[in-house]
Amino acid sequence: MARRTIRVDWRASLDLVGRVLLYLVGPLAVPLALAVYYGESLLPFAVAIAATVALGGGFRRLGDPDPKLGPREAFLAISLIWLLIAVVGAVPFVVAGAGTIGSPLNALFESMSGLTTTGATVLRDFSVHSRSIMMWRQLIQWLGGLGILILATAVLSSLEVGGAQLMQSEQQIDRVDKLTPRISQTARLIWGLYVGLTALAAGVFWALGLSGLAPRMDLYNAVAHALTSVATAGFSPEPLSAGAFEPIAQWAMVPFMILGATSFILLYYAVTGDPMRLLRSDEFHLYLGVLAGLAAVVAGVLAVTAETSFGPEGTVRHAAFNATSILTTTGYASTDFELWAGGAKFALFLAMFVGGMAGSTTCSIKSLRWLVVVKSLRRNLFTAVRPSAIRPVRVADTPVEEETIKDVYAYILLSILIFVVLALVVVVDAARIGAGVSEFEAMGAAASTFLNIGPAFGAAGPYGTYEGFASTSKATMVVLMWIGRIEIIPVLVLFTKAFWTS
Amino acid sequence: MRVIIVGAGQVGTAIAGDLAGDHDVVVIDTDESRVDELQYEYDVLTVAGDGASLPVLERAGVEDADRFIACTDEDRTNLVACGAARTICDPFTIARTKNVDYLRTWERTNDAFGVDYVVCSTLLAAETIVRVVGLPAAVNVKPYAGGLVYMAEFEINEASPIVGQTIAEADRFDSLTFAGLLRDGDAVLPGGDTRFEPEDRVVVIGTPRSVQLFAADAAPEKTPDEADDIVVVGGSEIGYHTARLLGKRRFTPRLVESDPDRARELAERLPDTLVMENDATDAEFLDRERIDEADVLVTTLGTDEQNLLTALLAKRLGCRQIIALVDNAEYVPLFEAIGVDVTVNPRQTTAEEILRFSFESAAENLTVLEGHQAEVLELELEADSPLAGRTIAGLDRAIPGSFVVGAITRDRAYVEPRGETTLEAGDRIVVLADTDSVEGFIERT
Repeated sequence: MARRTIRVDWRASLDLVGRVLLYLVGPLAVPLALAVYYGESLLPFAVAIAATVALGGGFRRLGDPDPKLGPREAFLAISLIWLLIAVVGAVPFVVAGAGTIGSPLNALFESMSGLTTTGATVLRDFSVHSRSIMMWRQLIQWLGGLGILILATAVLSSLEVGGAQLMQSEQQIDRVDKLTPRISQTARLIWGLYVGLTALAAGVFWALGLSGLAPRMDLYNAVAHALTSVATAGFSPEPLSAGAFEPIAQWAMVPFMILGATSFILLYYAVTGDPMRLLRSDEFHLYLGVLAGLAAVVAGVLAVTAETSFGPEGTVRHAAFNATSILTTTGYASTDFELWAGGAKFALFLAMFVGGMAGSTTCSIKSLRWLVVVKSLRRNLFTAVRPSAIRPVRVADTPVEEETIKDVYAYILLSILIFVVLALVVVVDAARIGAGVSEFEAMGAAASTFLNIGPAFGAAGPYGTYEGFASTSKATMVVLMWIGRIEIIPVLVLFTKAFWTS
Repeated sequence: MRVIIVGAGQVGTAIAGDLAGDHDVVVIDTDESRVDELQYEYDVLTVAGDGASLPVLERAGVEDADRFIACTDEDRTNLVACGAARTICDPFTIARTKNVDYLRTWERTNDAFGVDYVVCSTLLAAETIVRVVGLPAAVNVKPYAGGLVYMAEFEINEASPIVGQTIAEADRFDSLTFAGLLRDGDAVLPGGDTRFEPEDRVVVIGTPRSVQLFAADAAPEKTPDEADDIVVVGGSEIGYHTARLLGKRRFTPRLVESDPDRARELAERLPDTLVMENDATDAEFLDRERIDEADVLVTTLGTDEQNLLTALLAKRLGCRQIIALVDNAEYVPLFEAIGVDVTVNPRQTTAEEILRFSFESAAENLTVLEGHQAEVLELELEADSPLAGRTIAGLDRAIPGSFVVGAITRDRAYVEPRGETTLEAGDRIVVLADTDSVEGFIERT
């Protein structure tokens, strides 16, 4: 019998994983410095840094540097990097040992939810955690926001060849638009824009606080919310999320969530003096159109139902804020929408499946895929009548390959399938441990975690916690947040035989 | 005048035949037997060899050549031959190409590849077809400035809606100039209050699209509009450019191509054209797509046989007008016999264009209007032209005689000629001038 040889250059992947892990020391040093400043325990971060160095160094030793990563090596590296950073990110929570996230599973849930910019939390009492721990929660979301591999490509100059492969695999978009001939430079420009937007958000929030318009928005909160709004991530150090702040601060967060879910390539062109590319983008039109429609529906329901009475400004604000938060996959809440009428909640639930633009910090299915679906369906209606007609589907005036259209359909179907299975697991699991989780709440929690939004309904509502779900459900959610964030395919291919052998 | 022609195919032969009477013609071709044949056919000198190689060119006496025409079937051979001739002396070089990209490259500097003029047979054939389709009402149509500007002459018949209108009323188009009016055999340079009368001949100069719109105003019966059904059969490059140019005139043609990959490519390149993948001789398809109700059917398939068959089928189905591409001039009577309305022969069109461009006039692209009272010509303003810096209104003082500036093109784009428009060096102007004033005009540019 012939020996099966593994055809994946896994040592190249491990080397990359090791190098990226070593770089994680930098971000971990930030909460460490904060802990020094606030006079809090340094131990959680010191242990995490030690773990990172050990793990990263170990992987480098096992690995073998090869900057020319093929697609398979890229898939393996991406899956491992996202998984292992979440694991390392959980270490400070466990070492600190405070509150619900002292237990390893909860800590991993919180860390994975953070890194994948989901924003679903298992915290119960926000006040027992140190300020440095709470800021680490925010920071890990910001790191995951634009995609770790884009950051890696920007930082590791040795990835010049494999970088495009990595970015493409992480985004699962047909092709990465290169702004410059060098992929690392493109990655740097995009990250520069991301940093700039975040700094702008922090500046705006803090200015609101300083000017007395939103006195609760101190520097700590301004930075914390800048980190998770542009990243469309959703964690907040406040148990009431954005609801803890004055209306004007909530209004100020809306544009940053919208920008965070806008294509960074097109934003870059807009910033450098070519705004027409963005304004003419049909994907941008669809994204804003769906957002406006959703906000209008929610506002309408809020206005006519007895459950809510916010007044005119409040109705518009809460509708616009929470619709934006869910659709962009951020996950903030300006009020407890769990208390809203059924129609408004259902509209928010459906919005979970939309997502913002491709090439942004958003998650979920993304408007680009829906645009392709809408356009190809319209085309199919036409060709049903005119069977000989050849009518390519065009996005931004560029024809889309038929193969890509098939992939998009497959992706959406796969997403919905995984969502259904997860919802079933959650509802059955809840019945097993006797927790009262309705079918709608189970579907909400499943969609919200797998599609990386954050809050759902019922116990997992915006002011609630996922802590009460069965451990098996939480573990499943951890896996699916991971799979969902890197667009399913990179993880799923690892479980095929063809990936490893032929 | 000594003329060197590289390529003794249909185009080269046609040109040689036309020039042999008045000029010293040397024909170069790699095919020895073809070259021998030609020697007996016309009074020309022939050289067997590669027209792109210097020794062959020297044998042909290129150093004394005034005109160098490269018109083989190979684009690159033609371009290289012109470049090679330029290394020895400085004749006026003309290259024939099929690929439109070479034309576009050449247009950047009007001098690329060492070529003085590029005749693109593909584009020429497509433009001819589009003119035939779009402007059947025009007595005379001529493209200027590489097709950016059209001059068209219309005869106003009694039923025309513009009879009785003044020119100011009819002039609803920014990019169109009413350059001249021929009435009772006299050229009238029209003022705004001149009224159109039956049997007037009006000369308009402007963008192809505005000429098309005016044609729809002046002769709505004969001129197709957006609702007219135009079917182009055959996705050759000529078919592609035909559909593309028709689309630019705001027509909505349908393009039929049988090869799936080519059909897909065409559909991607032509967003506004309905591309259909099917064999055009498939009866079920013709019926389903109601080809019998087409107003115009153009065949641009790869071979004459296919075009003939398709034209025959379309004729029997009852298409109103059929235009066919014919590669071999000898088949033209055959096409006419089955009732094809217009045949377009790319090689013949190319030969005519080359001849017209190289010998008819020192000025570029001159058209003599019927009756010889007026001429339309295209001029390029050199860097030291005394006209550069003058406004259109100011030209009257610089140049004697009567003339109208019909259009200006600048950097390959149309510029509307108004009284206050200032001319710049490098501009191309299309002018209608009194026959007596033409010489004076050319001298002063």
